[in-house]
Amino acid sequence: MEQVIVNGIYSGVQYALIALGLTLIFALMNVLNFAHGQMYVLGAFVTYYIYGVLGMPFFVGLLATAATLCLVGVAFEKLLFRPVLRRSSREESSMLLAAGTALLLESLILIVFGEKHRGVPSVASGVLRIGDAYVPYGRLLVIVLSTLLIVAFILYMQYTRPGRALRALAQDREAAQLQGVDVDFYSMIGFAMGAVLAGLSGAMLVSISGVNSGLGTWISIKAFIMVMIGGAGVVSGAIIGGLILGMLESFGYQFLPGGETYLVIFIGLIIFLSLRPQGLMGKPWG
Amino acid sequence: MFNRRSVLKSFAVGSLSALALFASTGGHAANKTLKIGVLGVMSGSAASWGLVNRYCAETTAGLINAGGGIDIGGDKYDIEIIAIDDRNDPKVAVSGAERLAYEEGIRYIIGPNIDTTAAAIVPVVEKAGAMNFPYAFSKDLYTPPRSNSVLGMIASYQAGPVIYKHLMENEGVKRVAFVSRNESDSLNQREEGVAAAERLGLEVVSASDTYEAGTTDFFPVISRIVGGEPDLIVLSGVAPSDAPLIIKSARELGYQGLISTETAQDAKILAEVAGDAADGFISVGGASTESIRTAEMEAFIEAYKAHVGEWNDEAGTKVYALDIILATLQKAGAAAIDDVGQFKAAMADLQVPNPYVNDGRSLQYVGSSYFQQPRQISVPMVVNVYRDGGFETLFVGSVE
Repeated sequence: MEQVIVNGIYSGVQYALIALGLTLIFALMNVLNFAHGQMYVLGAFVTYYIYGVLGMPFFVGLLATAATLCLVGVAFEKLLFRPVLRRSSREESSMLLAAGTALLLESLILIVFGEKHRGVPSVASGVLRIGDAYVPYGRLLVIVLSTLLIVAFILYMQYTRPGRALRALAQDREAAQLQGVDVDFYSMIGFAMGAVLAGLSGAMLVSISGVNSGLGTWISIKAFIMVMIGGAGVVSGAIIGGLILGMLESFGYQFLPGGETYLVIFIGLIIFLSLRPQGLMGKPWG
Repeated sequence: MFNRRSVLKSFAVGSLSALALFASTGGHAANKTLKIGVLGVMSGSAASWGLVNRYCAETTAGLINAGGGIDIGGDKYDIEIIAIDDRNDPKVAVSGAERLAYEEGIRYIIGPNIDTTAAAIVPVVEKAGAMNFPYAFSKDLYTPPRSNSVLGMIASYQAGPVIYKHLMENEGVKRVAFVSRNESDSLNQREEGVAAAERLGLEVVSASDTYEAGTTDFFPVISRIVGGEPDLIVLSGVAPSDAPLIIKSARELGYQGLISTETAQDAKILAEVAGDAADGFISVGGASTESIRTAEMEAFIEAYKAHVGEWNDEAGTKVYALDIILATLQKAGAAAIDDVGQFKAAMADLQVPNPYVNDGRSLQYVGSSYFQQPRQISVPMVVNVYRDGGFETLFVGSVE
């Protein structure tokens, strides 16, 4: 049972980090970023080349990933989403655009990085025993780094001027603008942060799970499940949603090995959303 | 930072352009053109399955064209490969097959890669008077009344019993556990594997563990299996992207036993993702290990690398399809290019030297004991073990 709980914590923390970026972009721009999983994949490939191919330190890979995804986020917001959101008030326009960007990124990643699954050497070797549970040091490092990133993100949003501006933007765009918040600039910052969070998740996990060009869709689906559980656009909801999904997966694979795990999760999600459509932490009015 | 293939593809955007460039180096204006289709999954998480089919066909076509073309019925033909991505979707596979058969007029199609897409295109192939060479294992595809599909590789239900028996006799394996992806192909392969293991007298300690496509963390899946203390974990129908992750998770969880699969894997992926944890991993391979390959295979590997950028061990199992199609057409004559009836007639006693493996085996159509008719390419059953970053051949068997 210790192993099941440790597995759940590991999955939950990484899922929480993945969901954070998605919920941030949704909160700021009301955009469901279908390309979130592809941004995760791109981040993983950047670290693969910096750390795995060029042999530079892992943390240089993380920095390069953050820089690359920041640029991608800025470009997506400024060149694609901002003009569309300005011209069209229909929500499906941004949804279709987001779906298009997902396909675009996935195709580009396949063309540039190829079809093979890629991986890098473990950042930390060895396995820690906690009771009956096995915890490889590489996974422990991911748990620690992910937790630090989540804490840093919360502190940034809570106690810095840009963080307050981003929260104001998420609560009420017009009111924030009336208070002097540069909504275009902070939308761009928020989108870039969301992309960086997705990329860093991929970068950290490439040393554990590797990456391939087709992984993005499944990462996005899981991220959406987490956000739906926790409440769309709510930071605490994304974290709780990630931890819940991690635990559900871990216990599911232990007690329902025949492929019913995700069937049960989806049925549970349907029932849950019919009772509480705003998710655990979301407000009923949005 | 990027290999040659990446750079080439970035600028050419799509390997059809690369193919045109590649093929044109040996193309001859006086030659006729023979179009061959490749239909398979070339995007998404299983992209390597279809892309390796395509790259193999393109590489072989490039070599033939560079050598002046192929003689069929007294005329010289250059080979043109038309590749379509079915995205692992039966609907897309059907429209792809229709396009190849009706718009391009193609009668010989390599692929698709899985049971659902291969089954979906059967009516199209039969109605259009075409033949296809799937890499899907469902026996229905190859058994009468079906006759237009030919299995392109060794099926899991053919390799599995041979591997289990070898491990029982040489490694003392008694307890076996199975894990598969929660998809029809993998589940079917698991059922066949479980049945074969039970027939051999093995104790099956786990036959129900599955994981979803897109799983990146296999600890939750493997923890339970390792807890059952099997001597052997069989990865049923797992993709090359999943196998190293499963192996790594099992070793990190303290598993000391054997791990095997009946599908082809790639040594580089195993080395990158699983590293030393993959040592001892047994899989079905192709003609790519040094000890069994011919000079012609060496040339193919070099041409593949030049075309794609890097070698993929999966290609060793998929190198045969275009060769045997062309050999059959040469035997049947030019009329068979449009008439698959003549092609089928020539299949019966076709026997040509296997150009890629040095043990003197011939390339022919086999599979009668499984499908009641010869509807399988005689790809050698090469069983490999992974050691120190590469594959070594354990033994070479055959279907019949």
